Amino acid sequence: MNFIIGRSGCGKSVLTKCVVGLLETDEGEIHFSGRNFTGMDRDERREIRKEMGMLFQGSALFSSMTVEENVLFPLKMLSAMKPDEMLDRANFCLNRVGLQGKNNLYPSEISGGMQKRTGIARAIALNPKYLFCDEPNSGLDPQTSILIDNLIRDLTKEFNTTTVIVSHDMNSVMEIGDRINFIHQGSLWWKGSRSDIITANNQELGDFVFPSEFMKEIRDNLKRTRVR
Amino acid sequence: MVSTFQHIGRYCLLLAQVFTKPEKARVYRKLLVEEFDKIGLQSLGIVGLMVGFMGAVVCIQTAANIESGWVPGWTIGFTTRQSVVLEFSSTIACLILSGKVGGNIATEIGTMRITEQIDAMEIMGVNTASYLILPKIIAAVLIFPFIMVIAMFLGIASGAFVGLSSGIVSMADYQRGLMMQFETFQITYSLIKTLVYAFIITSVSAYHGYYTHGGPREVGQSSTRSIVYSMVLILIANYLLTQILLID
Repeated sequence: MNFIIGRSGCGKSVLTKCVVGLLETDEGEIHFSGRNFTGMDRDERREIRKEMGMLFQGSALFSSMTVEENVLFPLKMLSAMKPDEMLDRANFCLNRVGLQGKNNLYPSEISGGMQKRTGIARAIALNPKYLFCDEPNSGLDPQTSILIDNLIRDLTKEFNTTTVIVSHDMNSVMEIGDRINFIHQGSLWWKGSRSDIITANNQELGDFVFPSEFMKEIRDNLKRTRVR
Repeated sequence: MVSTFQHIGRYCLLLAQVFTKPEKARVYRKLLVEEFDKIGLQSLGIVGLMVGFMGAVVCIQTAANIESGWVPGWTIGFTTRQSVVLEFSSTIACLILSGKVGGNIATEIGTMRITEQIDAMEIMGVNTASYLILPKIIAAVLIFPFIMVIAMFLGIASGAFVGLSSGIVSMADYQRGLMMQFETFQITYSLIKTLVYAFIITSVSAYHGYYTHGGPREVGQSSTRSIVYSMVLILIANYLLTQILLID
């Protein structure tokens, strides 16, 4: 579980959009399992994109389609499955994210948390190697956020995907983050594990992760506990 | 000026992307049927209403202008037919449709763009330009001529109804006017114009929707721009096609 964290406007989402090819890079290269994504033409990129799944900040569900049709969409467009197999796969994905029985509802008829889960079901429909999540917890209450975090963590293990999460929700980072990359002023400022964050001697990171006096106090307590 | 060339270049590149071979023909067929309904059948009412009333008004206005007795009565049928077939059923109806259909397309695609639905499709490797725009262009090009033929019939029929019911023209005179100097090429000319207009309305509106950036306000602006550009291009195409097709 790779996290990209940073303040609003620091370039997290732009970085992710460059990685998945929605934006072209000005310089540098992006490699997927040794394949140079930046140098590829549209058809070559298409093959790699079949290995990607993405959960968008606003879920980006197709509003004219039902929950089931949303999950079926990538299968219809990109897989060689028969209709029955597609339906089975869609139902499997919906069950996996806890949306069984919601197949015929439209995105406007379900809650924000359900929309996120539908987005996750759609992202995993093609069994991706790489899963990208852009602010998966935005607009969700703390309990639903934890549910989504756990779901992403479990699916990452279950499907053995490389997951990249863009977030500024430190609760998620500390809960499920394995490798954390802190972006500041458009560049990689710090990287490490979640336990390293507490001991990191980096002013900008400290100000971002522990912005209030209350949080700084918690950090200092944690440091003291570790020293003991 | 640079901006105009940029728009033309980007529009051409988008069209090149639209007219690539569809990946899943079965999916496109289903979309095409939906677009026939949205673009075609749902436009029939407004076009029929508009051309119908236009035919009636032309009939009355012509009658009001030939009261002197020097102009023969069949002129009413002749003028109604010429107005409806040559301009009202194609150009004027398509100007109306650029508002209804064009605005709808730009709003639909623009909303999909700002809510990242198009990005979601791109991530999956779907050719979004082709998937979203091609069915609309094909549906419009195929169904607009049928709508126009129905509109022509309604325009001429409503002219006849108004003329006969108010007693300003006899059935014989009206029929004689309809048949006077009639050439089937006039219908062909009108249908050719309709095909070109159908392409302009759908492709220009889709272009403006596809390249929308921002929020709901920008979607509204894209919709407005798509209507204005479509209308201007329809008027230019009308002039050019008339010059090419009617003047030897």
